[in-house]
Amino acid sequence: MKNIYMDNYDVIVIGAGHAGCEAALASARMGSRTLIFSINLEAIAMMPCNPSIGGTGKGHLVREIDALGGEMGINIDKTFIQSRMLNTAKGPAVHSLRAQADKTKYHLEMKKTLEKQKNLDIIQGEVTDLIIEDKRVRGVVTRTNTKYGAKAVILATGTYLHGKIFIGDSNFSSGPNGLAASEILPENLIKHGMKFRRFKTGTPARALASTFDYSKMAKQEGDKKIIPFSFMNDYLEKKQINCWLTYTNDKTHRVIRNNFHRSALFGGEIEGIGPRYCPSIEDKVNRFADKKRHQLFVEPEGLDTEEMYIQGMSSSMPEDVQREFYHTIEGLENIKITRPAYAIEYDCIDPLELRPTLEYMGIKGLYCAGQFNGSSGYEEAASQGLIAGINASLSINGKKPFILDRSEAYIGVLIDDLVTKGTNEPYRIMTSRAEYRLVLRQDNADRRLTHRGYEVGLVSEDRYNKFLAKQENVKAEIDRLKKTMIKAEDAEDYLQSRGSHSLKGSVSLYDLLKRPEITYESMGKIDINRPEISSHEIDCVEVNIKYEGYIKKQIQQVAKFKRMETKRLSETMDYNSIEGLRLEAAQKLNKIRPVSIGQASRISGVSPADINVLLVYLEKMRRS
Amino acid sequence: MEDTIAAISTPFGEGGIGIIRISGEKSLPIISNIFSPVRKDPIKNRMMTYGHICDKEGRIIDEVLTVYMKKPGTYTAEDVVEINCHGGIVPIQRILSLVLSNGARLAEPGEFTKRAFLNGRLDLTQAEAVMDLISAKADKTFDAALNQLEGMLSDKIKEARKELMDVLVDLTVNIDYPDEDIEEVTYQNLISRLESVHRKTEELLKSVDTGRILKDGLRITIIGKPNVGKSSLMNGLLRESRAIVTDIPGTTRDTIEENINIKGIPILLTDTAGIRDTEDTVEAMGIQRSKDSFNKSDLVIMVMDSSRSIEEEDREILKLLEPSKAIILLNKIDLKSQITIDDIKEIKDNIRILPVSMKDLSFIDKVEEVIVNMVYSGKVSQKDSIVITNVRHKNLLENTEKSLADAIRISKIYEPLEIIEIDVNSAYLSLGEILGEETGDDILNEVFSRFCLGK
Repeated sequence: MKNIYMDNYDVIVIGAGHAGCEAALASARMGSRTLIFSINLEAIAMMPCNPSIGGTGKGHLVREIDALGGEMGINIDKTFIQSRMLNTAKGPAVHSLRAQADKTKYHLEMKKTLEKQKNLDIIQGEVTDLIIEDKRVRGVVTRTNTKYGAKAVILATGTYLHGKIFIGDSNFSSGPNGLAASEILPENLIKHGMKFRRFKTGTPARALASTFDYSKMAKQEGDKKIIPFSFMNDYLEKKQINCWLTYTNDKTHRVIRNNFHRSALFGGEIEGIGPRYCPSIEDKVNRFADKKRHQLFVEPEGLDTEEMYIQGMSSSMPEDVQREFYHTIEGLENIKITRPAYAIEYDCIDPLELRPTLEYMGIKGLYCAGQFNGSSGYEEAASQGLIAGINASLSINGKKPFILDRSEAYIGVLIDDLVTKGTNEPYRIMTSRAEYRLVLRQDNADRRLTHRGYEVGLVSEDRYNKFLAKQENVKAEIDRLKKTMIKAEDAEDYLQSRGSHSLKGSVSLYDLLKRPEITYESMGKIDINRPEISSHEIDCVEVNIKYEGYIKKQIQQVAKFKRMETKRLSETMDYNSIEGLRLEAAQKLNKIRPVSIGQASRISGVSPADINVLLVYLEKMRRS
Repeated sequence: MEDTIAAISTPFGEGGIGIIRISGEKSLPIISNIFSPVRKDPIKNRMMTYGHICDKEGRIIDEVLTVYMKKPGTYTAEDVVEINCHGGIVPIQRILSLVLSNGARLAEPGEFTKRAFLNGRLDLTQAEAVMDLISAKADKTFDAALNQLEGMLSDKIKEARKELMDVLVDLTVNIDYPDEDIEEVTYQNLISRLESVHRKTEELLKSVDTGRILKDGLRITIIGKPNVGKSSLMNGLLRESRAIVTDIPGTTRDTIEENINIKGIPILLTDTAGIRDTEDTVEAMGIQRSKDSFNKSDLVIMVMDSSRSIEEEDREILKLLEPSKAIILLNKIDLKSQITIDDIKEIKDNIRILPVSMKDLSFIDKVEEVIVNMVYSGKVSQKDSIVITNVRHKNLLENTEKSLADAIRISKIYEPLEIIEIDVNSAYLSLGEILGEETGDDILNEVFSRFCLGK
């Protein structure tokens, strides 16, 4: 029976969360005719958990998405209500930006961006099946049995598939935040050969702002000087809101302990695996019994709402227990809970079944992104969405795949970890997962990636020109600092004020800036005629000068790493037939199908000797 | 640019010459650094040059012949240097070690051949053979590398590595969780913890230099009839050796094994006279068992009493000895002699005989000298895997030491934690490599099990 399509698209994206939005925008911006489905259009770019974007590692991801021409950075710059650069006491490689979002505005701005995007259509509807012919995806079917044809489909279904919410001893089918779960699609995906596993995550309660006692909590303000996420914004001025810090105590822990038996987590009903770095409060109290207190942050959900988010206190306890323990906390004694905390369980796949392009190995043209792949977090989802969108669009145009490696981007680390090592819990990025942390900084994300985004047609001329100008400015400023000499007597007062030792003769500002106690900003006192450059540019100048030696050393290591990444392995290789490979290695290689020798070397169970055998085999194939 | 690799390319225990081969861009710089030609001429392409290998203090390690071969007309199609030295384990081990400290990396199993193939020096028909060679050699090396660490030392390495893991866990938590309620790592604390591991590493390095790192050593067996002086010899060697590592009582009660060290040569000394006051004579051991014990030994020292005449059993045993792997200690030469050197030579020609009087303790020096000479000349040798493992461990410990010294230096000038972490992590990885432990998510696992993190 021939399928009759309501319409035909290049790319169809299922789900309009953070992964889906980036995927759809990337594909449309690259010129592919794109359609995005959402169960409910009010759920576009919804933030069903914490009201913030960024943080360690995650902030790096947002910068990278932005550098490649994605939307997350721009959208959070439009809608944040507090901004902080974390880790400033440490070095520049781990400075991380985090912003509190106005959730509703974030959603509305993203929705508007999708609506205005050329080549992109939006439909509210539930996709219930994929149309697959000869192991290639041809389109999708909706709940109303309408069929849409597509050359590529991107699954970005978040926590909706077989979503199940747990609160105490009750559990029910549900997507996030009260939205309907998707029950039919996962059944059909199983029929198409996909294998699922269950992951779990959770979110804390929300309560009314007017019911907190702020005098008992510590105030947390935003940074005085705001550094924007997006490289497109040089400066941002905004009135910022406060967040609040308080702690659990003995009483809280007693209430929780007395009610362990009523928690869904310990009741044995939850089969899904939760993330270790995002434990529920009952998990914290249970696993870290000797810890006297746990900190929690009270954060506004937006400017047009009274609801506050209680970060650090996710739970699957019954509602009465939740109220009881929240009320034991200083500042929270009288809070009125508007939404109880819950745990949610959902279907996701084993990402080892994906290629580094995020294409599913079993079905051609089917790409997957976000929590569906076993990750966690808005930023991780958006990163994958972007890569899936780019690759879907490239592949239907017969172009080379777009893969970022571990030395180019945290996005590369994230995807390589997922598709090469797999994950046993919802995966979260961390700076310690990256081997080349000094190179993968948030200040140089554009330098690392904007030309790559430009090459695939995602970065606009506007952004590209801005990027080139910035590189020019940074270079010019570094050169100027090298040439500008300062005499000992002219620098003396300034150096004393910084606790820095005196000069002998004269020295370049460049060399002076290498001193740990000297900053570019403060050096303005003795550098009267400096040109005006943006905060992004200052960052780059400062880091490049201060950490030049270390960065150079790491760049050498990267060059070594790249050698193995550029030795390509063929898709169709039959590893069982290669003599000298150990059985375990051959099996793993057949399953994961690495695209390069470098990726192969990171598969657990593949030894250095196996890699040498592969190298010899490759050479043999090349010659014969 | 590919790494420069080095390995021993002669089979062990076969004669007087050992060859160390280096391949890669750094071959020439490395040899220029460690080799001083006797005629002070510069090293020329494809010319044999005579001179000395010297360590960084300028001490001569061995006299050698070296040849430098410029690429591409070499086995690997890369710059290659070959050092021909004395065939004993000690010079080979020391020279290889020196080559590694100067920037080469120990070649992986079959790596020279692999490079030869990849660089087009071997033809296509040899591909399968190369792959087989790589996998076969890898298996062998793997087996050899494990279990060779002496127990106490592997404990020490584990301890140092554990301390480093703790540091890394604290660094990771501090870097990745700035907003958590966690104690901050102070530079003072960091430096003192790194210094503690650094001290341990230096001690470990010293023990490698004295050859104490491996469980196995050169196997020397002492045989002889009761009261000929075996125990004096054993005690003498034990007392002289400043590096007794462990007492490993034999699994059966008829031997005692001791790890000793003679001038840097690790030795496993077996005294067959474990129950020497009972009927444990060579005779009682039986000819067959003597044979077995000779086979297991790299060197046999037979002690004889020159004041007693040769008996039939002595003859039998003497006939069994392999001249190149045995020493006869003719004891009690201060007494009226019943046996002459010629008597023994009549039974076994070419055997090395050392007349001594054990009353004079200086005999131990003579014995040691003979042992060292035999080892240096390559007459007596041990399994190649052990030598390789020893060199590899030393190299990894040197890397650990270097990384830790760097980490301490930059901690003292308050460089950011994530920069210090790089050196700490590479030290941690080197120690892990010695132990053959896989490192993957071990630090993160530790982070999450120790700290309550996340929202």
